[in-house]
Amino acid sequence: MTGVAVLAAWLIGAGTSGAVGPATAAQPRAEAAAPQSAQDLAGGCEDRTAAPSPNESGPKVRQIKQRGTLIVGVDQNSYHWGYRNPQTGRIEGFDIDLARAVAKAILGDPDKVTFRTVPTAKRIEAIKTGQVDLIARTMTITCERWQDVAFSAPYFASGQRLVVPRAAKVTNLEQGLKGKRACVADQSSSQALLKQNPYGTADVKVVENQLDCLVLMQLGQVDATLTDTALAAAQAAQDPTVEQAGGQIAFAHMGIAMKKEDTDLVARVNQVLVDYRANGGWRASYDHWLAASMGADPADYLR
Amino acid sequence: MLAFGTLAAWQATGRARAADQVVSHSQPLSQNAAEIYRSLADADATAASAFLLAGDAPQAVRDRYRADLDTAARLLAEAAARTGSSSDAQQWVATLNRQLPQYAGLVETAGADNRQGLPLGGAYLRYASKQMQESMLPAAERLAAVEAAQLDGDYADAGAFPWAALVLGGLTLAALIRCQVLLLRRTNRVFSPGLLGATAAVLAAVLWLATGSLSARSDLTDSREHGAVPLRTLDQARIEALQSHTAENMDLVARGASDTYAARWAALTGALAGPLAGDGGSRTGGGNLALARAGAPGEADAALARALDLFTTWDGRHQAAAKSNEQGDYDAALRTTVGASDDSAEGVFTALDQQLARAATAEQTAFTRSAKGTDGVLDAVAAGAAVLAVLAAVGVIRGLGRRLAEYR
Repeated sequence: MTGVAVLAAWLIGAGTSGAVGPATAAQPRAEAAAPQSAQDLAGGCEDRTAAPSPNESGPKVRQIKQRGTLIVGVDQNSYHWGYRNPQTGRIEGFDIDLARAVAKAILGDPDKVTFRTVPTAKRIEAIKTGQVDLIARTMTITCERWQDVAFSAPYFASGQRLVVPRAAKVTNLEQGLKGKRACVADQSSSQALLKQNPYGTADVKVVENQLDCLVLMQLGQVDATLTDTALAAAQAAQDPTVEQAGGQIAFAHMGIAMKKEDTDLVARVNQVLVDYRANGGWRASYDHWLAASMGADPADYLR
Repeated sequence: MLAFGTLAAWQATGRARAADQVVSHSQPLSQNAAEIYRSLADADATAASAFLLAGDAPQAVRDRYRADLDTAARLLAEAAARTGSSSDAQQWVATLNRQLPQYAGLVETAGADNRQGLPLGGAYLRYASKQMQESMLPAAERLAAVEAAQLDGDYADAGAFPWAALVLGGLTLAALIRCQVLLLRRTNRVFSPGLLGATAAVLAAVLWLATGSLSARSDLTDSREHGAVPLRTLDQARIEALQSHTAENMDLVARGASDTYAARWAALTGALAGPLAGDGGSRTGGGNLALARAGAPGEADAALARALDLFTTWDGRHQAAAKSNEQGDYDAALRTTVGASDDSAEGVFTALDQQLARAATAEQTAFTRSAKGTDGVLDAVAAGAAVLAVLAAVGVIRGLGRRLAEYR
């Protein structure tokens, strides 16, 4: 029980030390130019979330229970995070396991989930219009997004990383971007980051999905892709001729996004996250999906 | 008089050549360009079907994709050989020749990635489809537009009324009559059989030229209104149906990575069969399918009536698939869209496309039938006018010769 309490304290306490919390944690791995961007993007808004609670009497949770299925906005194109396995026809990945854990907690069955695919640029809209109960889709917690939606406590420490062809022999981020043609997904944190600091890029190509960047990179139409750390690893896992280059910048956290009014659901999901870490679910899912591409030791991602 | 004959023959021959050009050259080229566009659009739709079915793709789907690429390549070679080297058409043919192998390569890569279970495959196919939609199909469309403009030009040339020859004919006639009136006054001889014959010959030539041209013109107008124009509307409808099918398949390929395909489906089917009614299920009517049917000859009409029914079924399938996808049942959406049964959207679309092809064949036959006689008529006009003019000249020489002899 003490373990759970400590984890809960960590989870919710991630931002209690104020805006500098996550940014300071990022310092050892972040590059020189990063802290300012990191603050602007993550900005310590992680602590705005509701305290974890197993209470299920709130209106939103009751509505989900009555419906008998949890509607989750996911991606079908993020390898190892949320993707459709063509062999089995099932949507699988780390984010999917997480969504099933929430369904299991609230509805008693990990299969009582309706997965609805949502394009990157439509994530906020899908929540605001109530098309989905929550979104588990490698979504970075930012202060800007907090204006429109509510986030759970962080479930994965992330940031931005550069992916480049191995042949380019890039050793750091500045070298990989200066004078180069970069690619980012529309409405992504990476796009926001390059808007703040273009790093001397010659051109920034904006596409619908970060995978489109890998296609363009393979075809030689762009030189580098800036994307979430998690997705950068997924790209490298799909194409052995590209690699992640330089360190992580714009340190941030991924969270489950929900409607602002659904505070009862946010609190319930936060409780699920506490339990998910405590019962080894998080680690098992990491080992299954991510260890091969992101490293055997998940310590960096648990910050 | 001989000048009139020459001009009449020359103008009528020129029109006959233009009419022949319509039937043997510009219309087939224009139809070829439409066929190139159709093969490319079909390749795009079929590539998406094959991708969605992955390992389960039946041989027929793969064969259809290959056949589309082969047809496009063959027709491009034909178009390159038959259009002039300075023509705008060559530029678009070259663009398409360059991009066709690139496209095929992208589709292969997409399939290979997909078979390994990598989501990257879907991104590749979307890229390939984008190249098709945003670069290749517009080039094919420009090619078709160049050929259609050529066809319109030939129609105008063939149908132009031979005014110069007719005016000259009228002047000749007036001169002949004046000549006879003068002779009447001077010699008091009432009629010269030669001059009278010449007048009759010129009058006949003018009437022959006028009625022949008018008749050829009405044949051409007929072939255009009942052949070329409905065929163009039908081609348009066929393309819209195909492109709708592509959009519907690509929406599933994108797996939610993009919502552009759903919007494209709505726009294309709206043009094809009218926008959705307020209830979100039925169509308000109108659209190119109905338009193609309105101008269709008898044989094509039956095929188009069937096509309209099939569209309603297809529309229903599509809405069912979209609903499944919306509810998160991607596999059900996949089955409803590209499943092997004839009931799937794919099956219904294929039947619809066959009906449209049937209608197109019927209309092509009707066109050739009505346009074919035209160049013959115009050739006869030219020959007739020339013969009559020569007869008239002979008559004048004989008539005037006799009078002149009387003076000696």
